Amino acid sequence: MSVKTHRQAVQGLLPALTPVRFVTEDGSPVKESADYAEPSAELLREAYRRMVLGRRFDTQATMLTKQGRLAVYPSSRGQEACQIAGVLALREDDWLFPTYRDSTALVTRGVDPVEVLTLLRGDWHCGYDPAATRTAPQCTPLATQLPHASGLAHALRSRGGDAVVMAFVGDGGTSEGDFHEALNFAAVFKAPVVFFVQNNKYAISVPLARQTAAPALAYKGVGYGVRSEQVDGNDLVAVLSVLTAAVEHARTGHGPFLVEAHTYRMDPHTNADDAGRYRDDAEVERWQGADPLARLETYLRGRDLLTDEDVASAREAAEAFAADLRTRMNLDPELDPLELFDHVYAEPTPQLREQRQMLAAELQAEKG
Amino acid sequence: MKTATLTMARSINEGLRRAMEEDPKVLIMGEDVGKLGGVFRVTDGLQKDFGEDRVIDTPLAESGIIGTAIGMAIRGYRPVCEIQFDGFVFPAANQIITQLAKMPMRSLGALRLPVVVRVPCGGGIGAVEHHSESPESYFTHTAGLRVMACANPLDAYTMIQQAIRLDDPVIFFEPKRRYWEKAEIDLGMDLREAWPVDRAKVVREGTDVTVLAYGPMVKTVLDAAAAAEGEGRSLEVVDLRSLNPLDTETVFRSVRKTGRCVVAHEAPTYSGFGAELAARITEHCFYSLEAPVLRACGFSTPYPPSRLEEHYLPDLDRVLDAVDRSFGW
Repeated sequence: MSVKTHRQAVQGLLPALTPVRFVTEDGSPVKESADYAEPSAELLREAYRRMVLGRRFDTQATMLTKQGRLAVYPSSRGQEACQIAGVLALREDDWLFPTYRDSTALVTRGVDPVEVLTLLRGDWHCGYDPAATRTAPQCTPLATQLPHASGLAHALRSRGGDAVVMAFVGDGGTSEGDFHEALNFAAVFKAPVVFFVQNNKYAISVPLARQTAAPALAYKGVGYGVRSEQVDGNDLVAVLSVLTAAVEHARTGHGPFLVEAHTYRMDPHTNADDAGRYRDDAEVERWQGADPLARLETYLRGRDLLTDEDVASAREAAEAFAADLRTRMNLDPELDPLELFDHVYAEPTPQLREQRQMLAAELQAEKG
Repeated sequence: MKTATLTMARSINEGLRRAMEEDPKVLIMGEDVGKLGGVFRVTDGLQKDFGEDRVIDTPLAESGIIGTAIGMAIRGYRPVCEIQFDGFVFPAANQIITQLAKMPMRSLGALRLPVVVRVPCGGGIGAVEHHSESPESYFTHTAGLRVMACANPLDAYTMIQQAIRLDDPVIFFEPKRRYWEKAEIDLGMDLREAWPVDRAKVVREGTDVTVLAYGPMVKTVLDAAAAAEGEGRSLEVVDLRSLNPLDTETVFRSVRKTGRCVVAHEAPTYSGFGAELAARITEHCFYSLEAPVLRACGFSTPYPPSRLEEHYLPDLDRVLDAVDRSFGW
């Protein structure tokens, strides 16, 4: 390869020097990112409604932990631009591989919110049918879902379709070996998968500077030969435009794409975390000023794409959604402990049948 | 009948070939499995006949192999992954234990993962470190995995095909020092007539003591039984074949008959699979036992370099010594 073609190959993969942005923090348009097409007005209005709903869902879920209805909830408040855009960029027949922090994305995907919260409620299964919803179980061991995404994407392409896979991961997850292996496999197989890094600046308490010395996480794709981009993760217009392009890149046979979104986790890691031990209030306040929902609202109003009525109606829908969620979550779930044994194998083994009998006897004894 | 005298490695190769012919969803993935045919040549010729899309040379990354296979299984494929050597299965342990084993349950059975992970296992070939491990207990301890080990060419031929047809993930151990053992195989046999995949097999009948083994130790134990016969002692040898699920019926029947039991495996004695067997046999055959269940297994040291492995591996003498000890009660 000549120096010139080599340079072109590298430059073709490189992310923008600064995160792609369409809308400033105060909601006014910027015009520095002509490489990506702005989503349609109708899609942006839809995204706004989903964001209002997603925000309300998230705050409701946090409240449910305080009421003891959820064992734990990892909030994505402040990351809604990523949560919503990551889903709106997909077709229904595409696949989504979420992490445990992506409940809002699942709700946006159309998964029943009670099903979304099943695992966090303390049940033993993921709550929804991954095959029917084309949404993998929310993944707890960091980055382990990424090789699955590469494999599934490769399989989708082998079967001749043009569906793609979107795989979410956090900044901490990019330090895992599976992040490396998944990107490498996807690149070698030219698998149609978009790796979407929500860089919310902290892996529980550990700041980004302790995860990486890279200038940005987006540069990690370049070493694998993966086209990469970085985007302002609190600017829905930018995230949606870049992810739409990334999905199109994958769908049209150009292989994987890595997108890093710079965002911020407004709440602690989970309700069980004390974020005051590792970050100060001033930092959180600064990010409050970059709130993705307020930014989109100002932007859309400025373009006359959003009226007071639209805002009121979106909020009303969100309140109704939250009220329904509360009602349903306040009912104690009926769990059958014996179900524990049903799906471990396609058919329970003799050893499991034996243990099932033991538990059945224990349950019988408890009843008296 | 289409019979041929084949090595165990070749038998597995023929089993894979037949599975791939019968089901286009069966794929092979691993390091060097394509042109090279695997370092033990188990996949020899398959890429040439089935193409690069079905016999996939992967990047050198075990976690990625299993993780990618999981993704392909979600889309309906039945991947057969080769881990090049037992000692290299550990980078894949996270994917096997937290994902492959658990995803079917976490999805209420909506996602079945029919992935077979082939692992050449055990010592005895004069290899360097990390090439002679017996890691089966890590996997028998993990809910959701089936674990099996073949001991002879015929079982290798049938069991690999049966494993591929199962809807559960299977860790399939192949005793590498037995890869070159030969037997006559009927390649046209009806798989429905093969020995059931999760049943143990009494491979030598006897009356005085039951010896339980699997994988590489079955031949050692059969040799021990032949030697013991000369000394007037009758050993019944049971090849477990499947470790999870475990065919306790066959095991208990034999132990109740003989009243004595020795377990033989290459893996370290401490917390080895023999401990599970001893506990179960003690609980269910207590009144039939004339002696405690004894173990003739590997030491609880790291597997030693090749010049010392003969002292590590349980051999015919260690098995017979355990048999003798069981008569000391």
